[in-house]
Amino acid sequence: MANTLRGRAFKYGDNVDTDVIIPARYCTAYTPQELGPHCLEDLDREFVKRVKEGDIIVAGKNFGCGSSRENAPLAIRGAGVSCVIAKSFARIFYRNSINIGLPILESEEAADSIDSGDELRVDLDTGAIENLTKGRSFSSAPFPEAIQEIIRLGGMVNFVKERLNNR
Amino acid sequence: MGMTITEKIFAAHSGRDSVKPSELVFAKVDLVMGTDVTVPLSVEVFNRMGAKEVFDPKKIALVNDHFVPAKDVKAAGLSKIMREFARKQEIDNYFEVGRSGICHALLPEKGLVLPGDLVVGADSHTCTYGALGAFATGVGSTDMATSWALGENWFRIPPSIKIVYSGKLPEMVGGKDLILYTIGQLGVDGAVYCSLEFTGEVVRQLPLSDRFTICNMAIEAGAKGGIMEADEKVTDYVTERSTREFTIYESDEDASYLKTYEFDVSDLEPQVASPYLPSNVKPISEVEPIKIDQVVIGSCTNGHLEDFRNAAQILKGKKVHRDVRLIVIPSTQLILQEMISEGLIQVFIEAGAVISPPTCGPCIGGHMGVLAENEVGLYTTNRNFKGRNGHPTSRVYLCSPVVAAASAIKGVITDPRKL
Repeated sequence: MANTLRGRAFKYGDNVDTDVIIPARYCTAYTPQELGPHCLEDLDREFVKRVKEGDIIVAGKNFGCGSSRENAPLAIRGAGVSCVIAKSFARIFYRNSINIGLPILESEEAADSIDSGDELRVDLDTGAIENLTKGRSFSSAPFPEAIQEIIRLGGMVNFVKERLNNR
Repeated sequence: MGMTITEKIFAAHSGRDSVKPSELVFAKVDLVMGTDVTVPLSVEVFNRMGAKEVFDPKKIALVNDHFVPAKDVKAAGLSKIMREFARKQEIDNYFEVGRSGICHALLPEKGLVLPGDLVVGADSHTCTYGALGAFATGVGSTDMATSWALGENWFRIPPSIKIVYSGKLPEMVGGKDLILYTIGQLGVDGAVYCSLEFTGEVVRQLPLSDRFTICNMAIEAGAKGGIMEADEKVTDYVTERSTREFTIYESDEDASYLKTYEFDVSDLEPQVASPYLPSNVKPISEVEPIKIDQVVIGSCTNGHLEDFRNAAQILKGKKVHRDVRLIVIPSTQLILQEMISEGLIQVFIEAGAVISPPTCGPCIGGHMGVLAENEVGLYTTNRNFKGRNGHPTSRVYLCSPVVAAASAIKGVITDPRKL
């Protein structure tokens, strides 16, 4: 069950942009520890006070739109969030999350039905999302095979390491 | 089946005869661009990857632009890491404060991007270079480190969306209005994962500065890149700046597009995007007259020499409204120099504007003009997300340089044609 996550949902709307995930004024830092305490503060001041290790962000479409700053998924991880479920992701945020090993799942139905505070269980191997509070389950879109390999290796760092070693 | 410009560039860089949308390929990159705000993390990741040397120091550009001149001690530390990495890896295209500029204006100016190139940059507005017929896309720091180490990266071939502009652009309406209008029509996620191909008679008539502005904001519709077919204006521009060989790609007639939009722009008004989304676009007649506290003319979107010429034409002999601060930011040192020799700096200073050195500064709420609580800004930049430009209650409207100049005089959002 190592690949199963469990946490409470924090729900937000469409187009949560990288400026609200982590404003540029904090981007002189790039460690999850330094960024985490400011995660989402311009959107929801209560978020970092209430979020607990393992909790899950649930959002609408185009999550992570805007800047290329990798500080955004790092801030989310630094806040203790275990994964993000959204209707869709902006493409740079999508790549950055996979590269740093932040699990992201795409599911319209889950994003619609989950409310803030719902208790969720996520199986990263199958992409199954369970809403324990409401007793409903959902599936998420599987990753393309090449991306699954990056995820299997634990992120882009190991992927490149392996490629460099094989040269 | 024919291919689009985008598909041809990816095919050429991944050693294939053809590629199709949604395919995943490993493609070689011609240039990897990073800035003071994204390079330090890449350096750390590069070291963690066990990489020792970059794949080719000549294909890497490192630009001081986001928090420079250093806004505080931490920012100074970021530039220092980048400087030391450039020395260690013998990267000649390291651009120091005073010889630098905003990356997306600087790299074309230095002749580092040519038609047919595949460019990745750790800045979302890297898509700007599509105006030269290159495919350029923004990536994060880990992707930049990957590209430094391997000289290639994985890409999903984006489907293309064709945007055709026809008709004749009215006076005081230009590239910024075209792209704002387009983002308003498509929405901020209207082109996610796609390549936006801009074409039509209007594009061919536009100066390169306006074409850069259009491709620059492709990301605001979620696109992976914006691209235009290179014409004579492009080949003249690049051959003045580089001796490297290049290839011009054209989309085949039977190339396939996810969607095609045709916009007749003959009656287009100046466009304004209201807070807090760049897609929240309306013609100026539906927005004016909103009171403003600060105007910024500059950024990677609208900091070209032509942008300042257009703004100066409006401001010449006029004064900035007493309740407004006007901040003018040339994108590169060369643009600043040309503004001095053309007398544009004189016009701005006499009008009561402040001139900033080249920097991203206020566009990202970094420094050089951050907004206070409840203040309203009118910027020629590219994004107006909540809190981006200062206090989370501040509000920013996006517009063209001529709208910004006219509004700075009046103190409220103003149609420059009514001055």
